[in-house]
Amino acid sequence: MEKFIKHSGSALPLRRSNVDTDQIIPAVYLKRITKSGFEDGLFAAWRNDPSFVLNQPQFKNATILVAGPDFGTGSSREHAVWALQNYGFKVVLSSRFADIFRGNSQKMGLLTVILTQDEIENIWQTIEKSADTQITVDLESKTVSYEGKTLTFTIDDYTRWRLMEGLDDIGLTFTKIDEVSKFEEKRASFKPKTLPIL
Amino acid sequence: MGKTLAEKIWSEHVVSSTAGEPDLLYIDLHLIHEVTSPQAFDGLRLANRKVRRPDLTIATEDHNVPTLNIDKPIADPVSKLQVDTLRKNCVEFGVRLHSLGDVDQGIVHVVGPQLGITQPGMTIVCGDSHTSTHGAFGALAFGIGTSEVEHVLATQTLPLLRPKTMAINVEGSLKAGVTSKDIILAVIAKIGTGGGQGYILEYRGSAIRELSMEARMTICNMSIEAGARAGLIAPDQTTFDYVKGKPHAPTGAEWDLAVAYWKTLTTDSDAKFDKEVNLNADELAPFVTWGTNPGQGLPLSASVPNPSDFGNAEDRGAAERALEYMDLKPGTPLKSIKVDTVFLGSCTNGRIEDLRSAASIIKGKKIASSLRLLVVPGSARVRLQAESEGLDKVFLDAGAEWRSAGCSMCLGMNPDQLKPGERAASTSNRNFEGRQGKGGRTHLVSPLVAAATALKGTLASPADL
Repeated sequence: MEKFIKHSGSALPLRRSNVDTDQIIPAVYLKRITKSGFEDGLFAAWRNDPSFVLNQPQFKNATILVAGPDFGTGSSREHAVWALQNYGFKVVLSSRFADIFRGNSQKMGLLTVILTQDEIENIWQTIEKSADTQITVDLESKTVSYEGKTLTFTIDDYTRWRLMEGLDDIGLTFTKIDEVSKFEEKRASFKPKTLPIL
Repeated sequence: MGKTLAEKIWSEHVVSSTAGEPDLLYIDLHLIHEVTSPQAFDGLRLANRKVRRPDLTIATEDHNVPTLNIDKPIADPVSKLQVDTLRKNCVEFGVRLHSLGDVDQGIVHVVGPQLGITQPGMTIVCGDSHTSTHGAFGALAFGIGTSEVEHVLATQTLPLLRPKTMAINVEGSLKAGVTSKDIILAVIAKIGTGGGQGYILEYRGSAIRELSMEARMTICNMSIEAGARAGLIAPDQTTFDYVKGKPHAPTGAEWDLAVAYWKTLTTDSDAKFDKEVNLNADELAPFVTWGTNPGQGLPLSASVPNPSDFGNAEDRGAAERALEYMDLKPGTPLKSIKVDTVFLGSCTNGRIEDLRSAASIIKGKKIASSLRLLVVPGSARVRLQAESEGLDKVFLDAGAEWRSAGCSMCLGMNPDQLKPGERAASTSNRNFEGRQGKGGRTHLVSPLVAAATALKGTLASPADL
């Protein structure tokens, strides 16, 4: 996973609430067996509409998605995170994220930042007025800054450390694998096993 | 202070706990399917890792498999490649797989309980958000992403921050014609699609205790539609009776040990939930969604709402967009809405009791000539059971299509899809834009409402026939 310390870029306003992962990447795109190439499917149904924000040339180079509340609800498909990353997004800002989507983002190094809905509204208005506004998201200082304003956000220290170091969770868990083995020795005998087939 | 059920199961599975870090949680059962696993197996190969506990892992083919001509090769080459990839991965890593055509194939959340590998007190994960279904047994069960699938394959654990707990108290008794699907749709309408974010839900109260296991699974299944990763119900005699005798249920002295443990799996009387929500079962009626998220639901006797009636700007905007997509006008009685397709199936309502209750309404009658009724059993065994009871004939005689098992039109990854503009009454779990096919419009309903709607041609409950 790439380290995330600080990112600056322009942003795209997605003025919709409850954007579920079926909208981020429809199921017909989930048949692939790789983690790449999902950018074509990102918001696929909405991209048929020429006025959809992703089709507006002024937002073409945006790397920060500014979304409405309850972003990423529904299906657990991590393909939603891959599609956003494949397209070029590094950060998503929203007032509320669905739990599984947020967890998946944090595994893949896509930073999800929670701001208040008023703060989101102010950013929407700013970037709708001037699309090339540069927004800086700094994970070290836990701030989002633009046009001289600085907003703070919270994130748990462990996730922040892991993202800043670009650490792979599996590698970290293997440092505790002896504890896993000890735990397994104590498991109740009546717990089911899938093998052998009964 | 006492502990809630979720806290008990959680603390019994903590392998390692360090202040300021997520707990490392042991996973008792990992369910796998073709869509969210290929990249995880690839990750294992790249790092030269193996599956730590193949004996706690099981795979089935469900999401993109056809429900017609299952004895022939899968026609869509991309779907075929994904299913073939699962088959190869299961052979390479020693994972048990139930393939298309196998008697134990079916939707992963129907297969686990019917094999008896879903039991109280377990931690269960799957790369599918409806894993919350297994919470009906008093298990802590939740959906995970593909990175986490890889993590569980490699280590049989997951690092997780402990969620808060919310009690959903449903007291009273359901009226005839009202089902557990109506309870959960009412819960989601009440707390919203984000109401459960950060929580594990525990469904409690006399109305929940009266439900069968399959009805409980319907409720827990849709916890994720309220934003909660997991929802559970304390195990009781109904649970023990359901598990007993299943292929992987404990037997003899082990059974007694298991039941003694399972009986401890209740929320202590002095435990405190972080939040409580109350619902009166006596007041519930058949529910239906009118919009494009599962929280946009109302009793069937109501009318399509006017967006201007929503106080909150977010809800108003969402309602406006939803009505435009659904092609509905405010004030239209929900019962006057004409439907093109009725879908009976999915991990929410594709079990034998669901098929029986729909068949009881349809028996001896014909479906409306203007629509199609697609009946897709949740598993191959559900299909066989239904056929042994003659339910297939009930549906076929009425003019319905009788299919093989899979996720089918719930998410439209296989050929079972709505056409643009087509309107469905569906017993599944999501009415998102395009969920059941690009441009398709979905109304979520119970199996009873689905059956009555199929006969009438417009959204209806059995009482309207």
